[in-house]
Amino acid sequence: MDRPAGFSGPFVRQRRIRAGPNAVSDADLSRCVHCGLCLQHCPTYTETGLETESPRGRLYLIKAIAEGRIEATPTAVGHLDLCLQCRNCEAVCPSGVPYGRIMEGARAEVLANGRTPLAWRLRTLFLREVIARPGRMAALAACLRLYRASGLRWLAERVPYVRDRVVLAPTVSGPTFPPKAGVLGRPQDKARGRVALLTGCIMPHAFGRVHEATVRVLARNGFEVVAPPGQLCCGALHTHSGDRPTARALARRNVDAFVEANADAIVVNSAGCGSTMKEYGELLADDPEYADKAERLAGLVKDVTELLAGLPLEPPSGRVEALVTYQDPCHLAHAQRISSAPRYLLSAIPGLRLVEMARPDRCCGGAGVYSLAHRDMSLDLLDGKIQDVAATGATMIATANPGCMAQLEAGLRRYRLPGRVVHVVELLDEAYGRSPDGV
Amino acid sequence: MLDFQVVTNPALIRDLRRAVGAKWVLDAPEDLIVYEYDATIERGMPEAVVLPDSDEQVAAAVRIARRHNVPVTARGAGTGLSGGAIPCDGGVVIATSRMNRILEVDPENRLAVVEPGVINLDVSEAVAPYGLYYAPDPSSQKACTMGGNVAENAGGPHCLRYGTTTNHVLGLQIVTPEGDLLWLGDKTPDPPGYDLTGLVVGSEGTLCIVTKIIVRLLDRPQSTVTLLAIFDEVDQASRAVSAIIGQGIVPAALEMMDRNTMRAVEEAVHAGYPPDAGAVLLIEVDGLEEETREQADSVRALCDELGARELRIGFSLEDRERLWAGRKGALGALGRLAPSYYILDGVVPRTKLPAVLRGVYEACDRFGFQVANVFHAGDGNLHPNILFDERVPGATQRVLDLGAVIMRLCVDAGGTITGEHGVGYEKRNYMSWIFSEDDLEVMGRVKLAFGTGGAFNPGKVFPSSKGCGEVSSRMKGAIAKAGPDAYV
Ligand SMILES: Cc1cc2nc3c(=O)[nH]c(=O)nc-3n(C[C@H](O)[C@H](O)[C@H](O)COP(=O)(O)OP(=O)(O)OC[C@H]3O[C@@H](n4cnc5c(N)ncnc54)[C@H](O)[C@@H]3O)c2cc1C
Ligand code: SF4
Ligand code: SF4
Repeated sequence: MDRPAGFSGPFVRQRRIRAGPNAVSDADLSRCVHCGLCLQHCPTYTETGLETESPRGRLYLIKAIAEGRIEATPTAVGHLDLCLQCRNCEAVCPSGVPYGRIMEGARAEVLANGRTPLAWRLRTLFLREVIARPGRMAALAACLRLYRASGLRWLAERVPYVRDRVVLAPTVSGPTFPPKAGVLGRPQDKARGRVALLTGCIMPHAFGRVHEATVRVLARNGFEVVAPPGQLCCGALHTHSGDRPTARALARRNVDAFVEANADAIVVNSAGCGSTMKEYGELLADDPEYADKAERLAGLVKDVTELLAGLPLEPPSGRVEALVTYQDPCHLAHAQRISSAPRYLLSAIPGLRLVEMARPDRCCGGAGVYSLAHRDMSLDLLDGKIQDVAATGATMIATANPGCMAQLEAGLRRYRLPGRVVHVVELLDEAYGRSPDGV
Repeated sequence: MLDFQVVTNPALIRDLRRAVGAKWVLDAPEDLIVYEYDATIERGMPEAVVLPDSDEQVAAAVRIARRHNVPVTARGAGTGLSGGAIPCDGGVVIATSRMNRILEVDPENRLAVVEPGVINLDVSEAVAPYGLYYAPDPSSQKACTMGGNVAENAGGPHCLRYGTTTNHVLGLQIVTPEGDLLWLGDKTPDPPGYDLTGLVVGSEGTLCIVTKIIVRLLDRPQSTVTLLAIFDEVDQASRAVSAIIGQGIVPAALEMMDRNTMRAVEEAVHAGYPPDAGAVLLIEVDGLEEETREQADSVRALCDELGARELRIGFSLEDRERLWAGRKGALGALGRLAPSYYILDGVVPRTKLPAVLRGVYEACDRFGFQVANVFHAGDGNLHPNILFDERVPGATQRVLDLGAVIMRLCVDAGGTITGEHGVGYEKRNYMSWIFSEDDLEVMGRVKLAFGTGGAFNPGKVFPSSKGCGEVSSRMKGAIAKAGPDAYV
């Protein structure tokens, strides 16, 4: 068939394939057949209507950059940066495009090649110099704690101009848990095994209560729970941001710490961290010393809901009378493909009624540090989410990830709505606590 | 370094920005590049993309493009399978993604008025509370837009019984090449005068831009039964298709997938298809309770008779959805078998199905490509998907050649070159296989009557010897080519 000139036509050309530790694989990229079936599942596409902010568009941009058709200009990089990495597209893609892996590789490439926007570089610096360092993290948490306790937050969130700028900062209150590494809980009677808990970077400070509940629920179900010493932040935020060197350094430390702990399973109650730890094998694949260890360790990682739902669960007999709606954390539902386990656990609680909101697996806009970097998009998504929640009439939002919890709490405050945001294990814990034989 | 050149006219961009707001006009190469594709393997860059929010803004954008002498190509979700939304001659792309409001639902009169960017499935979801639905259901219905459906006269599995888009559109608001807003048809089923609505449905964006659509809604059938029959051989399955229709049963849907497709689907949705089966038929019957049971029984008996090795049946919505899951995700799942696929869309008389299918397999063998067939067997609408790797030098050209051979098979069997995906860019050169010079002349005159010339979606539908091929020097400059492109 003759083809007219001037029309780029079916695209056939030699590729400039980049090699190196961050390279996005050509095989991964060519899996996308541009069918468009992911578009309506992408929050940034449905918010903007722009193909440039869609999974298909971003994949195409990454490919065009890799092939040298376009440069990684601020405009192009901006489109990659606005992605939430919620991986909703990946979960619905019939062609099996490994979007998460591709986007992480592309961001690493952008960061390594030095044309990264300033805000991105600052974010990376913050992640590396604060989040990854427990001491500085504790200091930051102390500031946030004071900010709330002093009433400054109350004030700031009532000043019109300031309000939108501060509302997404996470709440830090309540005691830090665990105060130190070691054995956190022991089974009451029959022992099922020994699990190691990832304590994480911000969780102990902002959501110590979730760790406490996790430990009690696991103990109640026959597990000894230990927090291995020497563990650090899992590196999820660094991977997502493209800072693979830091992510790999953290992963290696964690591999050492958790191998040392020699537990039957590694329990994670933060979906984002769990998804990254399950991918440690991939992250360290090029490290001859760690590749195998990392792969094996990754196989032991379980989300706390996944672990519990797979057991003959100790039936909670106490009642939790509440209308609850469940928000699927993206990294649980899409990255780990776990969506029935948490619902099963909720439905096991006497008195609790679960009402589904519209689109429960749509990102709430939290997405790690996204809410700090892209406030407007984050708030738009949060507003939609809170409307969906409000439509259910639920008084409690259950979820399974600290980032989502912080974001949803901010949403309730923003709308001055009553209600509570809880981790699924907190509700289980309450039900156990209220059992006639409760502890 | 750019390997393509975008010649933008600053005055054009400025005027567009003034009309729709700066944020909604794209002109950076990094932005334009994601508008160079749709779901086909064709590519073509626009020089500006506009995302209007209202019919008025569409009209304004059309007027501006006209003033600057550049063509306009409408774009819905870019799921098209004939290169329709690709601006093969540059110019302005008007993307309807922001015009996605359902303006009116009138359950009494069973109709709805929607904007062109509304997603097909969203219409059915919005009217579900009234027990109604919108019948045409392309497999891409979770993603494709109503505007795209109208332009392509989209069909779907259930169009066997209920007809394609054209049977469900009552009226359209359009923007003419002069940039005027105009209503064709209205809320009544059969308005007097020429059926201009019918003319626009299926015109692939070459006559006008659609800005509002009045659609007909149907009552949800009282009862629906879905059957899935697995056969050892494709031949058996195609015989079953003829036998079912021959019995006077008109199923709501009658779909077939062959072994390669089943392999891809199995990987994607774990539908439980046996790996050594040759073909699977999906048959859906609906209507009144009693009627559907009876029909389901006859279908079952027929499939048994023709050697089906396994039959599954679903009554509840959940079970039926499970049976359908494989079919709905089939096309996308082909990405698991090969990096690229080239989907064909031929139609043959139902009785010729077995012979043509054999021909398709033979031709693909000869060219050395794998093929996966997934199609609307009930109306003889074939979709052979040629699997290939576009990175292999020369592969794309050979695939296109093979496509032509298969299209020829369909035409020789008394069929035609498109069932539902449209002619678009891809198949325009096959037009002369089925239409005489005189036929094409008449079509060209229709285009002229609309006053379109090359204003809307140039380079589509009409054979390239008379179309944009000769004059597609667009990227460089002016467009005094409305004439040649209009073919007359
Ligand atoms: C996985 C998959 C399955 C599919 N299954 C089917 C199927 O079963 N049946 C079927 O018929 N098709 C099917 N298709 C093809 C495609 O989805 C349809 O052709 C659909 O109608 C295209 O809609 P769109 O919004 O994506 O339009 P686009 O691809 O964006 O555009 C298609 C054409 O419509 C024109 N157009 C768009 N909006 C307007 C407007 N407002 N006014 C005027 N012209 C306009 C464009 O210029 C272009 O020519 C499938 C595609 C995929 C990827
Ligand atoms: S990512 Fe998957 S669903 Fe999205 S366009 Fe590509 S192949 Fe289709
Ligand atoms: S990860 Fe989420 S935001 Fe990013 S492209 Fe996919 S669906 Fe869209």
